[in-house]
Amino acid sequence: MSKETIRLKLKVWRQEGPKVKGELKNYEVEISTHASFLEMLDVLNEDLIHKGERPVEFEHDCREGICGSCSLVVNGMAHGPQANTAVCQLHMRHFKDGETITIEPWRASAFPIVKDLVVDRSAFDRIISAGGFISVNTGSATDANSILIGKDLADHAFDYATCIGCGACVAACPNASASLFTGAKISQLALLPQGDPERKRRVQSMVNQMDVEGFGDCSNHGECEAVCPKGISISAIAMMRREYVKSYF
Amino acid sequence: MSNPANAKSKSGVTGIVRKLISGFTGIIWTIFAIGHLAGNLQLYKTDGTAFNQYGHFLESLGGLLILAEIFLVLFLGMHAISGIQVWLGKRKARPESYKLYQSAGSKSKQSLASRSMIVTGSVLLLFLVVHVLSFKFNIFKPADVITLANGAQARDLYKYVWEAFKNPVYAFGYTFVMALLGLHLRHGVWSALQSLGMMKPKFSPVIYSIGGIIAALVAVGFLSIPLYIYFS
Repeated sequence: MSKETIRLKLKVWRQEGPKVKGELKNYEVEISTHASFLEMLDVLNEDLIHKGERPVEFEHDCREGICGSCSLVVNGMAHGPQANTAVCQLHMRHFKDGETITIEPWRASAFPIVKDLVVDRSAFDRIISAGGFISVNTGSATDANSILIGKDLADHAFDYATCIGCGACVAACPNASASLFTGAKISQLALLPQGDPERKRRVQSMVNQMDVEGFGDCSNHGECEAVCPKGISISAIAMMRREYVKSYF
Repeated sequence: MSNPANAKSKSGVTGIVRKLISGFTGIIWTIFAIGHLAGNLQLYKTDGTAFNQYGHFLESLGGLLILAEIFLVLFLGMHAISGIQVWLGKRKARPESYKLYQSAGSKSKQSLASRSMIVTGSVLLLFLVVHVLSFKFNIFKPADVITLANGAQARDLYKYVWEAFKNPVYAFGYTFVMALLGLHLRHGVWSALQSLGMMKPKFSPVIYSIGGIIAALVAVGFLSIPLYIYFS
């Protein structure tokens, strides 16, 4: 049986506000290997509060990998070293006793830092507002399965629909590009008959908004796919490009 | 900080258009490089007439050759400009870099090749200028004129190339730059297809591997020539 409790050295990004210069600060924490990464930060914060210091601000909500709130770069990797998981699902058993862990916020000019590890991701909301939806007349609900969609197609669209909008793709991209996020939504809707009528306007408008927000260009490093907690494929980006070209014909 | 929704991007050219341009022009130049290499392999025929006849044939195309050259230069310019714009945009999109950054590996295609495109590309651009001045325009040294079997006058480019690559600076300089070309194509070939929207999950691993093979073959093909000449 491995050690149940480990001592860790933490280097945590502390920044008072959006315009203030931040820095990495050193902390030490003792934590159960069964704890999650966010629980480890909770323990650190309790300790800081007891000492009368300001706790570390970080975003979290569901803590079960579906809400897309948690957003930490752990040892240089968005959501940490474990593939296909958000950082809330990362457990301390993956770290060694005495290890140093560096924790930084998402870094992109389109995601300005609010405080410490919290960034403003409303740029994503504006990309979605630009066209990542289906316009329908509200009223009585239509019958289930009134539009038949093949299983393969439904599965394919669903793979792209699993995006939780966490922004890890932007955080990990060497260019801070939002192509995977934008491409996933465009591809999901383009594959389904419900998304078909608005597909041309959608892709042009969302791609334009992505650029307006100040995200970088995609260089096909594929780092986004590697850190995506949902493992969304960069085929979404290729499809976005096809959709973009087709939208002009 | 917050941008109003539905504002127009400043340049009117979106990132996707830049990638389409970069991918298309990159593919054209890769095809050109393969054709160029096929021609250069005539240098292995030691009597030289094959290479000189090939050179003379290209020049005899006249207007067609000039047209092709104009397009190549145009495409190269577009390729370089889009690459520089991506690089500049990246610095703007992340002004403060991570104190610690590492690739998450597994499905990531991030590599020395992908991260050094701007460096290898810049070196290749400078190289191309020197290369064209040397071997196309013979600026640094005039070429001898010979008479071909059909009586036509042509430059003795075979002798010219052999003399140039007996110079260690040229021989090893070219070898080094062609290794960089291999690195550029290692990321460039598959990336261009991805930029043009041609990648699908089913074929991606195969295309990624083929991209590597094309890069290696082109690089080894080109760099073997100066080394062969220098050491023979």
